[in-house]
Amino acid sequence: MSAFAALLVRDLRLAGRGGADALTLVLFFVMVGAVTPFAVGPDRVLLARLAPGIVWIAAFLSLLLGLDRLFRADEDDGTLLLLRQAALPLEAVVFAKLLAHWLLTALPLLVASPLLAILLSMDMDVWARTALALLLGTPALAAFGAVGAAVTVGLRRGGLLGPVLMLPLSVPVLIFGAGAIAPGSGDAALLFLAALSLVSVAFCPFAAALALRVGSE
Amino acid sequence: MTDLVTAPKSNWVSRLAHPGNFMAWSRPVLWPLGLLTALVFAVGLWFAFFNSPADYQMGDTVRIMYIHVPNAWLSQFVYGVMVVAALGTLVWRHPLADVAAKSAAPLGAAFTALALYSGALWGRPTWGTFWEWDGRMTSTLVLFFIYLGIVALWRAFDDQLRAARIVAVVTLVGALDIPIIKFSVDWWNTLHQPDSILTPTGPKMPLSILTPLFVMMLAFTLLFLLLHLVSMRTEILARRAESLGRQAAAKAGSTAGAA
Amino acid sequence: MTGPHPLLTVENLALSRGGRQLFAGLGFSLSPGQLLALRGPNGAGKSSLLLALAGILRPAAGRLDWHAEEPPKLHLLAHQPGVKARLTLAENLDFWRAVNGPTGLAASAALERVGLGALGGLDAGYLSAGQTRRLALARLLVTDRRLWLLDEPLSALDAAGDALVAGLIADRLATGGAIVAATHDDLPGATRTLTLGPPA
Repeated sequence: MSAFAALLVRDLRLAGRGGADALTLVLFFVMVGAVTPFAVGPDRVLLARLAPGIVWIAAFLSLLLGLDRLFRADEDDGTLLLLRQAALPLEAVVFAKLLAHWLLTALPLLVASPLLAILLSMDMDVWARTALALLLGTPALAAFGAVGAAVTVGLRRGGLLGPVLMLPLSVPVLIFGAGAIAPGSGDAALLFLAALSLVSVAFCPFAAALALRVGSE
Repeated sequence: MTDLVTAPKSNWVSRLAHPGNFMAWSRPVLWPLGLLTALVFAVGLWFAFFNSPADYQMGDTVRIMYIHVPNAWLSQFVYGVMVVAALGTLVWRHPLADVAAKSAAPLGAAFTALALYSGALWGRPTWGTFWEWDGRMTSTLVLFFIYLGIVALWRAFDDQLRAARIVAVVTLVGALDIPIIKFSVDWWNTLHQPDSILTPTGPKMPLSILTPLFVMMLAFTLLFLLLHLVSMRTEILARRAESLGRQAAAKAGSTAGAA
Repeated sequence: MTGPHPLLTVENLALSRGGRQLFAGLGFSLSPGQLLALRGPNGAGKSSLLLALAGILRPAAGRLDWHAEEPPKLHLLAHQPGVKARLTLAENLDFWRAVNGPTGLAASAALERVGLGALGGLDAGYLSAGQTRRLALARLLVTDRRLWLLDEPLSALDAAGDALVAGLIADRLATGGAIVAATHDDLPGATRTLTLGPPA
C-alpha cells in the first residue's frame, strides 16, 4: 500500500471503529436544519423558500465546527511529529487527511440532505441543485478548515478559534452555494463554486503544512 | 464467566457477576420468545391485511396504521425502559442496568425512525406530503434526535462504566424534558398552524380495527423484548471479549522477555 | 573528526526556546557505529536538540551537515509514542511501514523482536505504558533507517525492556547505523557522551 493510501485507510478505519464524531456531525447538521422551523414557523411556503439557505447554513456550521478534529488526535498522541519523518512530504500528509476528512464529514451531510429536504418541504429539483452545490462547495470548506485546524492545533484551547478564523474566509462558498439555486445565474455560481474548490484544495494543503511546520518550531 | 470475576484492577469486570446469571437464564428464553413473536406477528398481520375493514376515506392505506402506531408506542415505551435502566444505574448501580440502557438506545432510535418513516408513508396519500409539522410528529422527531444523541454519547466514551452513569443522567434529564417538549411543540404548532390536522387515531374505533391494532402492538413489543435480550447478550459478550483482550495484554506484559 | 565518513557534522549550533537560549556553540560529528549519549539536567535542551536534528526545530545559529544524505532519513522516538488505540498492534506497524517505507522487518517479525509477538491482533489501546513503548520501538524496525534519535529510550520499561533496548541499539550500531539518545540512565554501548549544561 502506498504511504498516501495508508494514511487515508487509517483515518477511515479509525473513524469506522468507534468514535461517534461522524455520526454526531450528521446529527448536528440535521438538527440545525430541523430546529429552524421552530424559529420561523412551520409555514410550508416560507420553509420551502428558505430551505436551500437553511441547508447551507447547517452544512457550513457543522463542517466548520468539525474541523478541529482534523489534526487534534494525531497531535495529541505524537503521530503528527512522527509523520514529519515520513517518506512523503507533509503537504501530501495534509492532503490525505483532508481527503479522509471530507469523506467522513462532508459526504455524510450530502447523504443526510434528503432528510432535511423532506422536513423543509423542498421540491426535488431544488434539492438536487442544493446537493450538487454542496458536492462542489464542501471541498473548499474542508480545505479552508484544514488551514484553520493546522493554525490552531498547537493551542490547547483552540477549539472555537479555528472556525472563527475560517468563517469569514469561507463566506464566498456560502454565497455561491446558496446562489446556485437562483434561476438565472445558478449555473455560473456552480462553476464559481467548483473553481473555488479546485483552487483551495490545491493551495490549502501547502498553507496548512506550512502552519504545522511553523507551529512546531 | 467466573474466570473474569477474578480479573484484577478491572472495576466493571468484577461487576459482571450478575450478568453471568443473566447470560445463563436468557439463553433458553431466546428461542421460545422468538417463536412467540413470530406467531403473534403472523396473527396480527393476518388480521391487519385480511380481517379488518378499509377506511371509507383513506381506503387500504389505513392499514399502515398497524405498523405505524405500534412503532410510535415503542418509541415511547423504549424510552421508559431506558429511564428505568438509568435509575438502576444511578441508584442501585446494577451492571445489568448499564447493559440494558446501552442496548435499548439504538433499538429505541430504530423504532422511532420506523414510526417517522411509516408516518411519512401514510402522510403522503393522506395529507399529500411526506412531512407535516404536526405536533405529534414534531415531538417524535425531537425524541428521535434525543435517542441519536444518547447513542452518540455512548459511542464517544472508551470507559463504558463512566459512560453508563453520564448517559443515565442525560436520559433522566431527557425524561423530565420530554413532557415540556411536547407541550411547547403543541403550543408552537397551534400558534402557527390553525388548519385542522387529521389525527392518526381517532377517539372512537370499532373493535374490528382495535383488535388487530392491539395484536400488532403486542407483536412489536415482543419483538423489542427479543431484540433487546439478544442485543444485551451481545453487549455482555463484547465486554467479555474486550476484557479478555486486556487480560491477554497484561499477561503478555509479565512474560515478555528481552530478545 | 572521529570516522572517515561521518554521517552528520554539527557546527556551532545554538538553540533557543521561548526566547531563552538553551545552548550555543555546540559542535560534534557522528559516524556509523557510534552512539552519542546526551546528558544533562532537565531543561538543558536534550529533547530540543533531538528535535533540531530531526529538522522540526529551527536552530538559532549554526549548521547541520548531513553529508551525502539530504534530506536525512532518520527515526525519532519521542516521548509520545504515536500509537493509535482502536487499531491493532499489527495495523499500527503496517501503517508506519507503509508511510515510512517498507524497507525493514515485516510487522509480525518486528513485534516478535520487541516481545509482543503474540499480541498482533490486539487493540493497541489495551497495552500498558511499557508495552506501548515496546510497540513504539517496533516502529523503528519496520523501516530501515541509519540514524535513530531516541528520547529517553528506557522510560516506562522494566529490566527486560532495558535489555531489549540495549539489544536493539547494539544491532543498529553493528549494521552501520548511528544513534543519538537523550538519557538520564547509563546506556550500554555509548561510545561518546555529550553533557549539556544547566540552563543559562
